[in-house]
Parts: sequence; structure tokens; C-alpha cells
Amino acid sequence: MTNKKVKVATVSLAGCFGCHMSFLDLDERLVDLIEHIEFDRSPLTDIEHCSPDCDIGLIEGGVCNSENVHVLREFRKNCKILVAVGACAINGGLPAMRNHISLEDCLNEAYRDGIGVENPQIPNDVELPLLLDKVHPLHEVVKIDYFLPGCPPSADVFWKFLTDLLAGREPSLDYELVHFD
Amino acid sequence: MQNFIRNLAQENDFQATRLLKILRAVQARYFYIPKQAIEQLAEMLHIPRTQIQNVIEFYSFFHLEPRGQFDILISDSITDLMLGKEELINYFAEKLGVKIGEVRADGVVSLNNTSCSGMCDQSLAGLVNGYAITNLTKSRIDEIVENVNKKLPLDQWSRDLFDVQDNIIKSGLLLNETPIKGEAINATFARGLMETLNEVEKSGLRGRGGAGYTTAWKWKFCHEENADQRYIICNADEGEPGTFKDRVILNSYADSVFEGMTVAAAIIGATQGFIYLRGEYLHLYEKLEAVLAERRTANLLGKNILQNGFDFDIEICLGAGAYICGEESALIESLEGKAGIPRNRPPYPVVSGYLNKPTSVNNVETFLAAANIALHGGEWFAAFGTSKSKGTKIHSISGDCAKPGIYEYPFGVTVQTLLDDCGASEVLGVQIGGPSGTFIANNEFKRKIAFEDLATGGSFIIFNNSRNILDIVHNFSHFFAHESCGFCTPCRVGTSLLKKQVDKIVEGHGSAGDIVALEELCQLIKNYSHCGLGQTAANPVLTTLERYPEVYQNMLKKISYEPGFDLDKSLETARRLANRDDAAAHLAQVEE
Repeated sequence: MTNKKVKVATVSLAGCFGCHMSFLDLDERLVDLIEHIEFDRSPLTDIEHCSPDCDIGLIEGGVCNSENVHVLREFRKNCKILVAVGACAINGGLPAMRNHISLEDCLNEAYRDGIGVENPQIPNDVELPLLLDKVHPLHEVVKIDYFLPGCPPSADVFWKFLTDLLAGREPSLDYELVHFD
Repeated sequence: MQNFIRNLAQENDFQATRLLKILRAVQARYFYIPKQAIEQLAEMLHIPRTQIQNVIEFYSFFHLEPRGQFDILISDSITDLMLGKEELINYFAEKLGVKIGEVRADGVVSLNNTSCSGMCDQSLAGLVNGYAITNLTKSRIDEIVENVNKKLPLDQWSRDLFDVQDNIIKSGLLLNETPIKGEAINATFARGLMETLNEVEKSGLRGRGGAGYTTAWKWKFCHEENADQRYIICNADEGEPGTFKDRVILNSYADSVFEGMTVAAAIIGATQGFIYLRGEYLHLYEKLEAVLAERRTANLLGKNILQNGFDFDIEICLGAGAYICGEESALIESLEGKAGIPRNRPPYPVVSGYLNKPTSVNNVETFLAAANIALHGGEWFAAFGTSKSKGTKIHSISGDCAKPGIYEYPFGVTVQTLLDDCGASEVLGVQIGGPSGTFIANNEFKRKIAFEDLATGGSFIIFNNSRNILDIVHNFSHFFAHESCGFCTPCRVGTSLLKKQVDKIVEGHGSAGDIVALEELCQLIKNYSHCGLGQTAANPVLTTLERYPEVYQNMLKKISYEPGFDLDKSLETARRLANRDDAAAHLAQVEE
């Protein structure tokens, strides 16, 4: 390992931050890790945009709206290695359950016809990102280099993956790490 | 309805194994399977309601929502597309006033696509209420539309619309023989059963469905299995796109096929046989029943056949639109009244087949050959073909040629010979053995058709230089995604992903990494699928990618990646609902 720290950026798109929470389950191993990496754009640092020389981008959640697309592209542009983290990033996951219902029906149910809705209207402020008609996994929108399965992937998965990369090895997850029942 | 269902169940002895037959009758009468029918049948057949629901959802020809009184299906095989199917189905839809896939508001007619209906030599073809219609042109479509709008009952439509030709262009060893009516049974008993099995072994006959297992061994193993009952099944679920030889054999040589089944039954010790006829061949049903009736009258079926102290009879079972039922263990499941999901093998059907009894499942053409071998002896057959592939093979030739139809050749014939005989020129390549087989390019026409080189179930589709390889692959990948039975994940999910990935490349959204992803996906489906369908579903991509890498490469963009769907278009609904059209309400397809 060289002395220069590896830059890691993370983000949650259409996800629940559960993968980030699982990452924090590295607990005391975070101390070892921080010897070798530094966080760039991430909810952990509150840095708003990726530096142009990020090494690893960890992305949780799928792509459900136009903002997700922009953020994902920023990560792709600035990270040498882009990683889809968790079930939603890989398959669309829970948010993709809406794919079986038309977007119009979803929005009407939430903002117009649902029980208890007051002042029914579809939000239309230009500040708001528009929803895509389907939720997509990351690899359908940009090129993804690695996939970490799990809902969420366990802290051990993050540890094995990152330490492999830091050691210059091709990351590989043992069967126990991707065996879920 | 209650009386109708009760009578129907009674006619079928309340047997759950007859579920397909019962559901076909319900579908024909009500144009769907009403919920009430499901409940009533569950009670009368003593099976769970969910099992019936499962069967209905599995087969393409059963519906939970009403179809039109005239349910029209148009064959969506590559050969149909090559003859202008898209234009004609759109014309049909417009004239009928119905959208493809839907039922017209008055409930009179519905229109949809269906997988290859086995009429590639008289395409464009389709089905009306299950009955084959052929050679569709605009004027024939006009006639059908008029009949539909007049609600003219099907039996009053011009017979010409339902005309199905044999188109036997070149007959050989088997097709030159006249239908056999008892001669082979007599020869078998005169020679002795085990002696006849020896003749079949000597003939070197191998299964004609494509896999090529030695027929005599199958019969021998089935015979040797200790059991109180054994079954013979004729696999007439000819679903491989581009194959239609079984249709012709059953139309003109049914006696020989039944004779072959009877001889096989005598050898293995079966008293009951089935012919599983694909639903698309409903037009053959009555004719085959008539042949069976004649054979019973002539004591070629029934009790004490030809005074040999041997009982045997044959029942015809119709499929309901599922390609997978051509796989023998799926076919057996279907015969038992269940969804056609392939079983784990072993045990093989010769050990545990229909109702878990030893069962020999053989192709239509295999029985035709076997009957002739029983009559003329093994040498007669083995004199033709190559050392590993004896005898002759019957081919269904379609696509870009002057004379599509049925051709019989000894094994070992070169692809070029077939092309010359059927009048094909400017040939780009040939799909041999259907989508699950091999695509060969025009520098390989010296190759031989035989199990040791190009194995085939009989499908031979010719493409000339005006055709695009990717259109072919596109059609085949959609076919497999539609026909996957859904049981195992590598095939169910894999064939859909493969379809999506091929679409992405064909539609011009592909980039460098997409071919690698395509190949990885192909290997995964091929290596991990449960049965032959999944294991061969990637063949169209793999065989063409190997031969024409440049065709794929030329479709790729010179960028690292592009999404496979239209990003901006997928914001359209949200834009309309939010009444927005500002810059932030749009997305570029590729990052600037």
C-alpha cells in the first residue's frame, strides 16, 4: 500500500441508508480503514460534490428520478471504480416494486386520491426532481465495475471488498459472505 | 355452466390427468376459464384450486379473462416475419378494429401473436379458435374479417382458408413406403419380440427429435424395468420453430406411426399409448381419431391384436401452446394434467415416467422409422446414412428458397445438397435444428447433417443475403424468453435478461462492455439451467457471435456506456403530470 490515501465517495440514491448503516457496523475496523482511505463526497462528510480524482465510489439504492441520474453520472465521471452496493443498487430492490404499477397511478394514489390527502395536487415545483416511469438498477444507467449483494451487505462484505482492493487484489467474496439463509 | 362442467368431468371419469382436455373444452365454450369452473373442477377432480390456476396460467391457450368468440393468433416465427408478418398483422388489426393482444370491445374477436405454428412452408400462418389458417394475404384477411363481422360459425368458413398442404418435395426411404396397416405387427410377432428389438438395434435407429438417443436401448431399458404397467408415448409436440415434418407424417403416414407405437408397446410390454399432439395441430385431431377408429375395427388396436394375445390402445392428448412440453419429462407432466415443468433426471422416464411407471417417449418420425424397420428389417435401414447416423432423416425446409417443404435424405448429406435441391441462392446462412440448434455461415455448407456433425430435429431455415443476422437473433431471443417455463432462475430470469441485452444492442444503445456482458449472460444461462430449453436458449447468440463478431461490433457506439432505455422518454409521464417542460425536466441520453 502506498502512503497516499485512497479516496472513497459514497451516496444513497433510491435506497434507505441501510447499506451505509451496515458500513458503519465495521465498528473498530473503521479505525484501521481510515489509515488507508479518506472519504470524499459522502453523507459521512457532507462534501457536496465528488473530487475529480476519487478512486472508489460506493453507491447504495437504485435510480428512481432525474436527480439520481445526475448524481450517478457525477460518480461515474469522477470515480475510477464504481460499485453497486446492495439489493436496490443491483436490482432496483424495494423501490422497484412500483414498477408493476403505472407512475400515474402511483402519483394519483399518493397526492390526489389517497385517503386523508388534503389540497390534492401533483407536486410541480421546479426544484423537485421528476420521477422516472420505472426504477432502474444502476448498471442500466452507467457502467458498474463491481456488485456487492445483500440487503444490506454485511460489514464483513465491505471489509473484504475494500481490503482486497487496497491490497491490489481482484476482490472476491467467499461463499459465506453472499449466503443469505 | 354447472351442468356443462359436471358432464365434462364425468365424460373424463373425474380424472385429474385429463385436466388439459377438460380445460380445452371449457376455453372453447366460454372463451376463457371462469372462476366458477375452476372451483367446481377442483371439487370434482379432487385437486387444489391453485393447481388448476397454475395450469391455466402456464399454457398460452388458456385464459383467465375472456378472449374473443373468434380468437385469432398469428404465427410469430422468423419465417413469418420474413414474409411480411408485421405489415399483415397490422393490416389485420386495423381491419378488425382491435389492438394486437386485445379483445375487441364487442367481445367478438381477439388478435394476438403466437410462437411458430408449424406452417413455415405455407406462411403467413395462424390459428382461428385453434384451427390452422395458412397462406394469409390481404385478400384472405379481408375474407376472414368479413366472416368474423358476420359472426359466421367456423364450420361455414371457406375450407380453402384452412387448407394445409403436405409439400413433400423429396421423398426417400421412409416417405416412399406406403402406410403400414398390420404388416409390421405381423412381422414382429412372426419374428419374435426380442428378435425385432434386435432388428431395431441393428438398424442403428436414433431418436429423431434431435437428441439422438438409441431407440432400441430406450425400449430395452423400459422393458427391463420391473413394473405392473408401462407406457408408450409419441411426442408430437413439434414446437421447434421451423419444424413441420411431424405434421406431414401424421397427416399422410399416421397408420405407420401408430403401427410403430404398437410394435414398441408389444416389445416393452405396454398396453396403453398416448400421442401428445401439439395444440396448434388441432386440425389433425379428427383425422387421427378416424385412423385410430379404423385400426380398432381392423383389430390393429384393442384386445388380442391380430390374434397375438396382446392388448394395446392409443389415446390422443392435445397440448395447449407450450414449447417446453416437447421436452419428454415436461410432456409427461402435461399428460398428467399439470404444468409442463421438466422433471429432475435421473430417474429417466424409462424408469419412472407417466404416473411414475416406465415410459418410452419417442418422436413421431422415430415411430415411422421403427414400423418400417420392424417390417423390412434392420439391414434395410442401416444400409443408408453414415456409420454413426444410420438411415434417413426428414427435413422441414423453409425460409429463402424456391421450394419450401419436406425433404428426406440419408444422413451424411451436405448442407449444400439441401440448398441446391430446394432452390436457394445468395445464401447468407442456415439455422439448423431451429433456434436451439446452430447457425452456420455460407463457408460451412460442406458440413454434413448427421449426429456427429450437425445434429438436427429437422428444422432447416434458410436466410439469404438480404437478411440481417441481428433480426434473427432478436426473434429467437424473444421466443425463448416467452417459452421459458419459469421453474429455474437461470432460465426464467436469464432468458429475459438476454432478450433485453439483445434488444439494447439491436436498437443501437450498445457500447463496448455490452458484448462482454452478453457473452457472460449466455454462459450463465447455458451452464446453470435446469433443462435443455435454458441450456440451448443462448445458442442463437453464441453461434452468431462466433461467426459474425463484426455484425455485433458495428452496432456498438464508440462511447463507454449508454443506457438501454430512453431516459428522457421515461420522464414523460412525470413531466405531463407536473405540467413541466423546464430544462431540469429533461435528461440527455448520454452525459455531455
